[in-house]
Order: sequence, then structure tokens, then C-alpha cells
Amino acid sequence: MDKKKKRLIFRSIVLAILAGTLVFVLIVNAGSERPSLQEGVEAPNFKLDRLDQEGESIELHDLRGQGVMVNFWATYCEPCKEEMPYMDQLYEEYQDQGIEIVAVSVDRNESVINNFYNRLDLTFPSTHDRNNTVMELYEVVNLPASFFIRPDGTIERIVRGPVTLESLEGYFNEIRPQ
Amino acid sequence: MSDQSIRCECGHLNKEGTILCEACGKPIEGNQHIDGNDEKHVLEMRYEGSARRSQTYKRTFVDKTWAFFSSVKVGVWLIVITVVLSALGTVYPQEQFKNSPLPSSQFYVEEYGLTGQIFYQLGFHNMYSSWWYITLVALIGVSIIIASIDRYVPLRRALNNQKTKRHEVFVKRQRLVSKDNELNEDGVNKLKENLKSRRYKVYEDDGHVMAEKNRFSRWGPYVNHIGLIIILLASIFRMFEVMHVDDYVWVREGETRVIPSTNQEYYVENTGFVYEEYDPETQQQFSRALEDVDEPVPKNFQTNAVIYRTTEETLPGQEPELEEVTRGEIRLNQPVTFDGYALYQAGTQLEAEYDSMSFDVQLNDEVLGEFTFYSDEAPPEFHLEESDIMVSVDDWYPELEFTENGPSSFSKFPRNPGLIFSVENPDTGDSERFFYLQEDIIPLSEDNELVMNVTGVDRRSASGLTVKKDNTLPLFGLGAGIFMIGVVQGLYWYHRRVWIHPKGEGVYHIGVHTNKNWYGMKQELEKITEDTNVQEFEDQQELK
Repeated sequence: MDKKKKRLIFRSIVLAILAGTLVFVLIVNAGSERPSLQEGVEAPNFKLDRLDQEGESIELHDLRGQGVMVNFWATYCEPCKEEMPYMDQLYEEYQDQGIEIVAVSVDRNESVINNFYNRLDLTFPSTHDRNNTVMELYEVVNLPASFFIRPDGTIERIVRGPVTLESLEGYFNEIRPQ
Repeated sequence: MSDQSIRCECGHLNKEGTILCEACGKPIEGNQHIDGNDEKHVLEMRYEGSARRSQTYKRTFVDKTWAFFSSVKVGVWLIVITVVLSALGTVYPQEQFKNSPLPSSQFYVEEYGLTGQIFYQLGFHNMYSSWWYITLVALIGVSIIIASIDRYVPLRRALNNQKTKRHEVFVKRQRLVSKDNELNEDGVNKLKENLKSRRYKVYEDDGHVMAEKNRFSRWGPYVNHIGLIIILLASIFRMFEVMHVDDYVWVREGETRVIPSTNQEYYVENTGFVYEEYDPETQQQFSRALEDVDEPVPKNFQTNAVIYRTTEETLPGQEPELEEVTRGEIRLNQPVTFDGYALYQAGTQLEAEYDSMSFDVQLNDEVLGEFTFYSDEAPPEFHLEESDIMVSVDDWYPELEFTENGPSSFSKFPRNPGLIFSVENPDTGDSERFFYLQEDIIPLSEDNELVMNVTGVDRRSASGLTVKKDNTLPLFGLGAGIFMIGVVQGLYWYHRRVWIHPKGEGVYHIGVHTNKNWYGMKQELEKITEDTNVQEFEDQQELK
């Protein structure tokens, strides 16, 4: 009967709206917890002043065409300091192949960064994220954290924790321009 | 089976599942078990004996789902389960308040043992934003909405369709009845008059009289359900940052920090932190109360704050241009507010960090110069102009600790500063080294001729501020208001009806129904039957 059909349609619509609202709420809720930075998405742009070259700054966007490793570290983080020599060792070799390293220190004082840099005689660009804005932008909580960015500006790999010499070489080969 | 309607002997066509005829009230044969009328003499008058569809049609999946949520029993169980779970979630702190560097997988078991582990493994550490908790609350909402629709529609139909002329059985099976009254025309008129003066609406049809008042009271529950649904919607809106923000930021004295959850648009500067205690000397009125307390009693935690807004978008990592929005003193429960946000005083690290340390350098009791090391700047060297001596800072450990590899810093915050200085001896030209730690200077060689002293330190506090924005409060207010209107509507007025049923030859049955407060109804009946010879009403409710 017509009436029966109407009733079924009405009930179906009400139930569908309620179920839809529930699914929507659950998705919104789940989305608020998941970090939005994932492998495959475009790496957010930033511009930081260089500590190793007075008056110079480095903007991620300008490095398009190169494979970029963005490394978050601090002098009070022991594992960060241990992976620095590996980065330096490979930098000499891979810089000519189109790999750039940006070390972003989240320390408070420039002097501690410079002290460490000079002591190890590191050659790749050193920057200082004074107010931790870039760190928050990249949703970094624990140090060290490294982002390997393809020449087209998208993230190839996120490494939370230290890298080894071997693994680092593998990551560099992933983002090396062809 | 097709949709079968039932025609009552009064001629009214009722929906399938109707218990009492919508028009005349005669119990419909075969349906009396639904409300239990087959076992009791007094008719069940809830929903007017109308056909609650959910209890009738259960054929398709949609109908079955509908019937499930329409059930009050299901609704009550959903509420009980949610209440119990909500309570269990407060047994141990939620993850965001655990205040420990330990990961949750270790924190709960180490802090609370086995029960803590159970708490964690059941997912109670993150209960209120978990998908199953939200689903439970949403199911309550679904239950409220469907149950309301399912009752409101047939109840309204039945009340609109009711006829003045009722079946004798209906009248005699009301809870309050007075049977076989011999009334003359004056008596009936007097009854009607009394009813009208009690603000009843009196209807007449072929000698049958129905008086009714306060029908709107029956809509009370549905009005307060609308209020509840608005409250649920408001709680959904709280998930969006546009509507609701609850965050936390630490700002040290002299520091300017971005306010989280504002899209990097607002900054807060802490221009000074004030901590005060109650002093029994200067405030005599408290001296007696303070005698019994060993610890000093805090009186005020206050952050003097300046709020800035960025004037234009800058790339992350660049210093933004800031313009002042407002400034004020943030005290407990006295926030600074700006553009819909409020900053509340919520935490303190009192004098926990060193802002600066001052030193002098002496040689043979003669001061060669003084300098102050500011921990935020941490310059690599100082030039003492008086004597043209260079002091270089070889190492700076904001939070000094000793590891296998020697001194190192645990964090970037100057909570336990350590410094290694090299000072050039103007007499010998040698470099002499000193170690500063714990507000003291240790010469690193016994041959040092220079003497270094700490002349002063300046500590600073860090202030914890909560960032709040809540645009959902008006919506909560509206929902609560509507809820209260519904409660008042349903509780302070009663839907009352009186049927005067002529049996013929001047004999009348009178049946009375009220949806609540039968005691009040009986009192009103005394006034209604005043100056008539209506016999006392019989309360037919069976005692259980």
C-alpha cells in the first residue's frame, strides 16, 4: 500500500540522516588525532635564517628540483648528535648528485648550536627554529626526526628516530633527482 | 499481510495495532494484551491507546531498527551503560592529563598496577574521544529522536480524533468513576458550569459531555527531547576548532610565544609573573588562620600579559610583524579575553629557571670587571672594558647533568645552568678556566691566580596558560532552556478530562482521567460536583 511505502521511506530517511551524522562525527573525531603530515603529501614551506652563513636564509620552496633532507635536532638530544657525522659524511658525496640537507635545531641559544657545529666541523646548512614554529608545523614531538623530500616537493619518507649510515644512504637514493 | 485497518462499531477507522478506538475509546478486541488491559480493569491510558507503530510492524530491516531505537527500555539501557562507562573513565587520569613523560603503555601499569593496565588496555585512557564512546552517546540521541517521533505522532492523532461521545466501557473503565448518577437537567448544567469555572473546555454531543483542560501538558516530554537534541548537537560542534578551542601554553617571563590553536595568528608575551602569599604580619585578620599552617598559603598567581596579532602572513620560521591587541593581568578565574579567546592562569613553574647570572673577575683583590650572562642570549664571549680582558664562554649547559661523556645538558631550559669560562690573565697571558654550577664558581686548575665570584642571580618563573574559546555555550544554553520549558510544561500542568456519559432516563456515568496527580484531581472533583448530587468517585486502581 501507498501509506506503507511512505512510512518505510520516512523511516529510512530518518535513519540514514542519523547514521550519516554519526559517521561524519566519527570521521571528524578521528581526523583530529591523526597527523596530517604523511608520506606523499607536499612538505610545508618554511624559511629559516642560516647560522653557518651570516645574513643568509634558506627557504624550502627554493630547493625544488633537489632531494632535501630536513633534520630536526637539538644539542641536548644525544641520538641527534650521533647521526650528525653520518649526515656530514654522505653530504660530501651526495651534494653533487642533487641532495641538500637542512639541519633545523630547536635549541634556545645559538651559541650551543654553533659550538657543536664547529666542534664537529659540519658542512651542511645549519638553521635555528627559534620559536619552534617549524617544529610544530612538521608535528615533531620527539627528536630526532627526519623528513626526506622528493625533488617535486612531496614527502617521500618520515623517519622518527635516529638514522644509521646505511639507512641514510638508502633514503638519499630514494630522493635523488634522476 | 497488508496494512489492515480496524473499523470500530462507532464507525471510526483505526490503524492496525490500535488498542482503544481513537474516536470513542472502546477497547479493540484482540489488541488488549499490548497494554495489558486484558488483565486489569482500569484501562491503560498512556498514548491514549493509540497504535505505536514500532510495536506493530516488524517486517523489514528498517522497521526492526526503528522498533529497536523506539523502545524506552533500550534507551534506558543505553543511558545506564554510558553513565557507568563515563564514571569508570574518571578512575584514573585520561591520557592528556597524565602529566608524565612515560608513554601511556607504561604509565598506567607502573603508576596503578594491574587495574591501571586493564584501564589502559580497555582503552579507557582515551575514553571521551574514542569512537565507541561517541557512538554510544550518538545512539542515545538516535533513541531520543526515534522514540519521540514514534510516540508524538500517534498521540497527537488520537487526541485530535477523540470524540465527545465515548463508549460506555471506556468511561466505566477509567480509574476514577462515578456510576449510575441520577441527574436532572439542572444537575448536568451545574456540572458543566462548574467545569467551565475550573477552566475546562466543555464539548457536547447528543447529550454526551466531555470536558478537557491543559492538553499542552502532554507535549512537555517532546519539547524537552528537542532541548536534549540541541545539547547533543552543541557537543558535536565542540569538535570543530571554529567553535571550540582548549589548549595550553607555557610562557616564560620576558618571552613571547605563539598561542596554540589560533592558526599562528596570536602571540602572548609574559611581561612579568606575580606570586603572593598571605602574610600574617601585615594582614592581622589572617594571623589566627595561618598559625596552624606550616606551608605558606598562596594568595595570587598572576601573569601580566600582552596579546599580539600578526599583521600579515609570514612564512613559518620568520619573525612575524606583531601589533598589540590587548594587555592585562591574568589571575585565577580572571582571564584576559580577545576576539573570542580567553587565556586563563593554569600553571606555574615558580622561579624554576635562571634568567641571568652576574659575575666579577678579581686579581689580587682588585676587581678587573663585571659581566652578566643572560641565559636567553648566551653570548659566546664578554669583553671587560675596565681592564680590556676577554672572558670566553667555552661551554653552556642550560640544565646540567653529568653523563659518561662528561657534562651535558638535559634540556634547553636553564633550570640548572652550568658554564665553563676561560679568562685571560693579564699578568701572565695564560688562560685560566672556571666552572660555574649551583650558583658557585669552581676554578678548574689549582694554579688559577684570577678569582671569579658570583655576584648575583636572577630567576624567572614560567606561567602556564590555558587557551579557551567556546562558541557552543549559547547553543548549550538554548538547549537547556528548551529542556526546562518542556519539564515545566509537563510537570506543572496536568492534562485532565471528564466524560459525562448518559445511560438514558436521567442516569449518568462519569469517568475521569488525568495524566498525573490523581490526588489533585480528586480534590478538583469535589469542587466540580459541588451543589450536585453526584455520588462519590470510586478509585478503581487495583492495588498491586
